[in-house]
Amino acid sequence: MFARAAAFAAVTVILAAIDGAAAQTTNQPPDTMAARVEACTPCHGNQGEGTSDVYFPRLAGKPAGYLYNQLLAFKNGRRKYPPMNYLLEFLPDPYLQQMADYFADQHPPLPPVATSDASKEVLQHGQSLVSRGDPQRQIPACGSCHGPALTGMEPGIPGLLGLRPNYISAQLGAWRYGTRTAKAPDCMQQVAARLTEDDVTAVAAWLASRPAPVTVAPAPKGTYVLPFACGSQPD
Amino acid sequence: MRSRSPILALWLLLFASSADAQPKANPDGNSLVARGEYLARAGDCIACHTAPEGRIFAGGRAMPTPFGTLYSSNITPDRDTGIGKWTAEDFYKAMHYGRFPDGGLMYPAMPFASYTKVTRADTEAIFAYLKSIPPVNQRNREHDLRFPYSNRQLILGWRTLYFSEGEFKPDPTKSAEWNRGAYLVEGLGHCGMCHSPINALGGTSQSDAFKGGLIPMQNWYAPSLTSNREAGLGDWSIKDITDLLQTGVSMRGVVYGPMAEVVHNSLQYLSDEDTRAMAVYLKGIAEPSPPPPARTTLPTTESSLLISLGKTVYDKHCASCHGTQGEGKPPHWPPLANNQSIEMQSAVNPIRMVLNGGYPPGTKGNPMPYGMPPFAGLLSDNEVAAVVSYIRTAWGNRGTPVSAREANELRSAPLN
Repeated sequence: MFARAAAFAAVTVILAAIDGAAAQTTNQPPDTMAARVEACTPCHGNQGEGTSDVYFPRLAGKPAGYLYNQLLAFKNGRRKYPPMNYLLEFLPDPYLQQMADYFADQHPPLPPVATSDASKEVLQHGQSLVSRGDPQRQIPACGSCHGPALTGMEPGIPGLLGLRPNYISAQLGAWRYGTRTAKAPDCMQQVAARLTEDDVTAVAAWLASRPAPVTVAPAPKGTYVLPFACGSQPD
Repeated sequence: MRSRSPILALWLLLFASSADAQPKANPDGNSLVARGEYLARAGDCIACHTAPEGRIFAGGRAMPTPFGTLYSSNITPDRDTGIGKWTAEDFYKAMHYGRFPDGGLMYPAMPFASYTKVTRADTEAIFAYLKSIPPVNQRNREHDLRFPYSNRQLILGWRTLYFSEGEFKPDPTKSAEWNRGAYLVEGLGHCGMCHSPINALGGTSQSDAFKGGLIPMQNWYAPSLTSNREAGLGDWSIKDITDLLQTGVSMRGVVYGPMAEVVHNSLQYLSDEDTRAMAVYLKGIAEPSPPPPARTTLPTTESSLLISLGKTVYDKHCASCHGTQGEGKPPHWPPLANNQSIEMQSAVNPIRMVLNGGYPPGTKGNPMPYGMPPFAGLLSDNEVAAVVSYIRTAWGNRGTPVSAREANELRSAPLN
């Protein structure tokens, strides 16, 4: 008698649990990455396209490996920006990889290019550094790592187009002063350390003046050989 | 004699393979070390003794306090810079009395006022575990404390006021489960370090235990664990409490901020039995709620304007996740109606959540948490104050309105 009552009670509990589970699924957030990354979108845009704030970069279409490295750097405090460090501090690495994959797969159109107020001389200096570098000062051309079309290379090198001049110069400044760092050998820090303030302004102005390319996809891994070793893009 | 050498070789082989292993439990029955690892998790030792991107337990993590910055110490078994020369007795003295092997006094940032309750057997297990991890040669960094706090003799005064040594004594009138929970919460868990009010001397009086308080330097409010009007869990189900502790999310609320770290580093690894024991104890210490304070005044014109703006902001930015009636979609999108953390007297936490957003910790039980967006860049101080005032007073919530000034002040609160 007791056993029978207990079995009945157990069945009731299980049914109640199933009922509860069914009720819950109708009132649950969507089981999607889009819903899970909503904490990112006020600053980076719904599809990672960027917002009107020049200091929050576009994420969409960047190589997933690059985005993942940045998420890890923010999580571990190697790259310092407290609002990002705070958001990511207790998230597991595999989840950060999924976030990186999500934004890498988004392809909203690039924003229209803003007209530059930089002088012709400044733009020419920028173009020269981006496309040829300055061998005397051991500054490689940006394109030698970021690709001839400046759209980056899988898995770790980002494209440089679609970013605004203030963001680019802020990042180059952060590399120079060591507040933005990457895995050793930290190639961007080596390059940025050789740039003057004028170089930074010129490079940022010229890059931001480039029209959107037909394809913004990064080049596949191994398309070209990097001029020197880079921790973010292991061989 | 010769016949022994294969055994010796086998020993060496075993030794070599365990040295290569990660610093975690040795599954071949080294249960003392395994138990020590588990207890070190319960004590959340890693949170303070591992620096960001630093080697595990090598110390060097900066801990800002109102008295200056402390740097945690190296507790790996390195003989020169860690605890390699310590004996089990030395370690017990550190945990139980807050003293170094040479008799020197530890700063109470090391929670020895709680750890003193840990049994000798448990400290020996933790010591065995710490001796089993890879040694790291990393010298301890000098503390950077302002005068007069740099004078260690002041610790003697602090100890006289706020430290009483003694192992946990079970309460024979309570169940074994309650006592296990009390042992974990009051001892290794050192929950009182945040959840008890801290006075100007960095001390807590026994009568104020678990009454809640603002965490110095971090500007998060650690709610009372006894008042049901704060985080008191008296009317929570045991399942909701264990869900919150183990996964970071529950049907009643979600953890963010410093508590996310505790769940991430410590609580998610505790066994179901221990988590349940903590829940039973935490539910048990909740005091009967005082009747809610009567509404002091009718809303002034200003606060009713604030609340009507608040509803506009809420409907535009919040309702899609938290529901038009604050019902949320728990556990991932927490309810705001009848949520104690929204209604508490201190509005610090809801204001900070609106400004900074946040992710609950990723845990074994919830590896892909949903995040709350930060609104600091989208909303003005007035709008932040308005929406927080609205959620604290709508749907039967019994909080009080907040001012734009309070919202503004928290914009500069440190985030980590």
